[in-house]
Amino acid sequence: MITMEHVCKSYRVAKRNAGMKEACKALFHRQVESIHALSDVSFTIGDGEMVGYIGPNRAGKSSTIKILSGILTPDSGSCYVDGRIPWKNRIEHVRQIGVVFGQRSQLWWDVPVIDSFALLKDIYSISTPQYEHNLEELTDLLHLQELLKTPTRQLSLGQRMRCEIAASLLHQPNILFLDEPTIGLDAVSKLAVRDFILRLNQEHKTTVILTTHDMQDIEALTQRVILIGKGRVLLDGTLADMRKKVSLYKSDSNIREGNINDLSLDEIIACLYRQMHIA
Amino acid sequence: MRAIRLYLHYISIVIRSTMEYKASFLLTAMGQFLVSFNIFLGIYFLFARFSEVKGYSYSEVLLCFAIMLMEFSLAECFARGFDAFAGIVREGQFDRILVRPQSPILQILGSKFELSRIGRMLQAVVMFVYGIYHSNILWTWDKVLTVISMLFGGTLLFASIFLIYAALCFFTLDGLEFMNVLTDGAREYGKYPIDVYGSRIMKICTYIVPYTLVQYYPLQYLLGRTDNPIYALYPFGTIVFALISFCVWRFGISHYQSAGS
Repeated sequence: MITMEHVCKSYRVAKRNAGMKEACKALFHRQVESIHALSDVSFTIGDGEMVGYIGPNRAGKSSTIKILSGILTPDSGSCYVDGRIPWKNRIEHVRQIGVVFGQRSQLWWDVPVIDSFALLKDIYSISTPQYEHNLEELTDLLHLQELLKTPTRQLSLGQRMRCEIAASLLHQPNILFLDEPTIGLDAVSKLAVRDFILRLNQEHKTTVILTTHDMQDIEALTQRVILIGKGRVLLDGTLADMRKKVSLYKSDSNIREGNINDLSLDEIIACLYRQMHIA
Repeated sequence: MRAIRLYLHYISIVIRSTMEYKASFLLTAMGQFLVSFNIFLGIYFLFARFSEVKGYSYSEVLLCFAIMLMEFSLAECFARGFDAFAGIVREGQFDRILVRPQSPILQILGSKFELSRIGRMLQAVVMFVYGIYHSNILWTWDKVLTVISMLFGGTLLFASIFLIYAALCFFTLDGLEFMNVLTDGAREYGKYPIDVYGSRIMKICTYIVPYTLVQYYPLQYLLGRTDNPIYALYPFGTIVFALISFCVWRFGISHYQSAGS
């Protein structure tokens, strides 16, 4: 069970204008600006739930994931994951979760994938029988047989992503965070990844929290969607709820009367972003 | 014990990765050797003209430099991950480190192991042997222990400086080149016993960054300029410096902001 209550997080970033002159000025006088990544975010996610966490760039998706996985400490508010405070009991906490950052690899670049897995076995202190059992299952479901002996750098993006997901699950976490797991994948890989996540959720009752810009991911995987924009939760409900919400704003020139049900998910999301002024 | 096993596992992966690029490894190692050899030539030509520097003979300076170079190479070999830490933070790799159930220090130590420093190490060993051969130190067991304690203290000192360097990256998100004065600079100037540079530098190198603890003081005992064996234990004083740098590191981590999405 994951609960977040009134979580706020802001960053201090140096601000400067473009150009060499401004860069020189900034050397001596730095303007620091506070960016509110999250302001008052609250939600609860039950065990075994699969939730899509969506929103435009800079909405605060990654910040939320980072707080939930113990990387960042929020400025205020409380957050419990299965009774643990992620950033306080970090080591205990991260043993129970898996994190996939779609844009960053966690595999060692120059050695065969299986060597990376063996190191993860030691990092997570997984017992040998359990490791072998999990590895066999993951190899089977993600079709890794051919890939395990290949160095990571020789894998295609789709092959690598399958290995990344397996790497995050070797220690059998209860909760899996997926940060854009299908980014840049071809159709076949995308379907394979989606199919696997579904099975994982059904068979192991793993809680899955998924951030993505790919609305087909959401459609294929999740019942529940949390929409976040400018650091606030704007909508927490099903895809049908989102459609309904859009139909309330018929004034949007992009929607013509009567065709709301024909709109693709991407169009609906775009409408929502526009209407809520978070695009 | 488990930590050591894990560390060795890390190192074995890093070495296997290095061996994927054999030519690069060999050339780097050779380069390291040649650069240090250059410095050795500098000392050689200096002493070809002057028979001593502030009362230190050629072989004594060589011993001093060889030990300093070994300390530095060892620290660079093991703690290089901290030296490259700016990149780890900027590319967001530190996020990954934080979602693994192991101490960040262990993971960073394991992320890099500079085998190519073997070139520099080799140069240091050659100079060391040469220095021993030409000096008239009577090698009793206490002298051997002095060298070992110097190597321990010096490696720890340089590794601690690397750790502080890494901790500062949390605030600047970038490496601070001026910190190199404390590492590469110390390696360069550390070839002569520090009292050569006068008392002001001596004070800085004792109370701010305690180089004298691993160089000047134990060297006095090693070269038989004092009979006080306490000097041989001075290198252990760097443990205090290491603890301070660890506190700086902890403070840095608590200010970590992560990078981008």
